[in-house]
Amino acid sequence: MLEVRDLHAYYGQSHILHGIDLDVGEGEIVSLLGRNGVGRSTTCKAIMGLVVPQGRVSFRGRELAGMRSDLIARAGIGYVPEDRQVFPTLSVRQNLELGLKRAGRFGRWTFDDVFRLFPNLAARQNNPAGVLSGGEQQMLTMCRTLMGDPDLILIDEPTEGLAPLLVEQVGVLLAEIASRGVSILLVEQKLTIALKISRRLYVMGHGQIVFEGSPEDLAANQALRQEWLEV
Amino acid sequence: MQIVLIEVLNGLVYGMLLFMLASGLTLIFSMMGVLNFAHASIYMLGAYLAFTISQFLGFFPALIIAPILCGALGAAIEIWGLRRVHHNGHTAELLFTFGLVFIIQRLVQMTWGMLPMAYRVPPSLDFPLFELYGANFPAYRGFMLLVSAGMLLGTWLLLKKTRIGLIIQAALTHPSMASALGHNVPFVFTTVFAGGCLLAGLAGVIGGNYQTTEPGMADAMGPIVFVVVVFGGLGSLAGCFIASIIIGMIQTFAVVIDYSIADLLRPLGVVLTGDTLLTELLTVPVARIGALLPLVMMVAILLFRPRGLMGTRDA
Repeated sequence: MLEVRDLHAYYGQSHILHGIDLDVGEGEIVSLLGRNGVGRSTTCKAIMGLVVPQGRVSFRGRELAGMRSDLIARAGIGYVPEDRQVFPTLSVRQNLELGLKRAGRFGRWTFDDVFRLFPNLAARQNNPAGVLSGGEQQMLTMCRTLMGDPDLILIDEPTEGLAPLLVEQVGVLLAEIASRGVSILLVEQKLTIALKISRRLYVMGHGQIVFEGSPEDLAANQALRQEWLEV
Repeated sequence: MQIVLIEVLNGLVYGMLLFMLASGLTLIFSMMGVLNFAHASIYMLGAYLAFTISQFLGFFPALIIAPILCGALGAAIEIWGLRRVHHNGHTAELLFTFGLVFIIQRLVQMTWGMLPMAYRVPPSLDFPLFELYGANFPAYRGFMLLVSAGMLLGTWLLLKKTRIGLIIQAALTHPSMASALGHNVPFVFTTVFAGGCLLAGLAGVIGGNYQTTEPGMADAMGPIVFVVVVFGGLGSLAGCFIASIIIGMIQTFAVVIDYSIADLLRPLGVVLTGDTLLTELLTVPVARIGALLPLVMMVAILLFRPRGLMGTRDA
C-alpha cells in the first residue's frame, strides 16, 4: 500500500534521512522504532510532505513525493504528530470537525464513535481544546485525524508522557483502528505497545533502517536491541 | 460635556476605521507571519480608486467596486509575489512588501498627481445627522459607523460561523497541521490576504473623503495601524478591536485637550517658573504631542507586555 524507497530529507544543511526503504501493506500494523533524533518523526513528515522529501513515496501506485500535504492527506494518509497540535482556541467538537475533509462527509468514523470511545471528550465537546489534559489532547488528535477517514494513519509517539491507564486507552483505540481495516505506521521509542500489536517492525539508527523483522526476531536479537534501542 | 459626547462619537468613527485596516493586517500577520508594510498603501489605493469610480458611476457603486479591486490586487500579490518570496524567509517578505509601498506610491503619483483629490462626501449623505448642544454630527460619520459595524459583524460571522472561518482559525495557530488534515492552506492564505486587502480598500473608500485623498495618506495611516496591531496583540481580533477604539479615542481627544502636565500640577500648589528644560516639557499642551502618544504606547507595550493586550504570542 505504502512504498517508500531511498527516501532522503534535509533540515537546512543537515542531512537527516539517508535513504529509507519501508513498506506498509493493506490493513497492516507496522512499527518504526529507534531512539530520539534518529529521524523517525522526520520520516513521517517526509511521507506527509511536511518536510521536502527526496526519493520515492508511492501510495497505492500513486507517487506522492513532491505533492502538497493537503493533497497527500486527501489521497488517504492521515498523520498524528508527536506534539499533538490541537487547535487550542477551538472547541473539542470544532477540532473534530476540522478532521473532516468536507463538511458532513463521514467515512468509517463519526462523532458518535469518538464520543462512545472517549466519554471524556463527549463531556467536554464545547470546551476549548487547549484546556484538555495531555492524555485527552492525545485522544483528540488521533480522533481528529480519524474523522478524515484515512486508509493509512501515521501515528508519532502516541504514548509519550502518558500515564499507564491512558497508554492502555491508546492501545484500545489502535486495536479499534485496525479492526476497521485502517493500516497503521506506529512510531515509538519505548516498546510500550509496538511489540504487542505489530506484525512487522523497523528499527532506525542515524537516519537509516538498521533492522526489519517480526517482534519475535527483535526479541531474539539482543545485540541489536542493545545497540539501537535500549538506553 | 457636549464636546465630550461629540468627541466620543468621533473617536469611535476613527477607531472603527482603524479597526477595518488593522483587522486585516493582524490576520495576515498572525497567520502568515508577514508584516505587510503595503497594507496602508492598499488603503490609499482604495481611496483613489473610489474617487475615480465615483466620478463615472457615483459613490455607492464605488463603495462596492473599489474594495473588490483591492481584494483582487491582494490575491495577485499573494499568489505571484509573496508565495514565491516566502521560501526565502521573513526578511525577504518584509523587503518585498516594503518595495510595494514605494511602487504603489509612485504609481498613484504618476496616475493622479501630487495634489489632493476632490474626493468629497456624496451629497446624499452630506447633512448634519443630529445636533447636540449646538455641535453637529455629520450624517457621513454615522454612515461610516454603519459600514464599519456591518464589516465587523460580517467578519465575525465569517470567522465563527462558517467552515472556511474554522479553517482560517486553525491555520492561524497550526498551519502545517491544518494542511496535514487535508485543508488547502495556501488557498486559505490567499483568501485571508485578499480579504485583508478588501477591508483596507473599503477603509480607503470611506476614509478617503473623511480625511484627505492625497499621496501622503498611506504614510500617515501606516504607523498608526502598526501601533494598533502590536498594541492589541498578535492573533487576537478582540484585542485588535479594543486597541483600535483606544487609539482612536486617544488621537481624537488629544487634539482637543489644551492642558499640559503643569496645569494638572497647579491645583496641587506646584507652580513652575523659569526657563528650564523640565518646565518646557511639562508645559507642552497634550494637543501638541497627540500624534506622538500612540507610538509611545507601542514602545511601552513592547517593553513591558510584548504579547500586547490579548495576544496569543510574542510580537
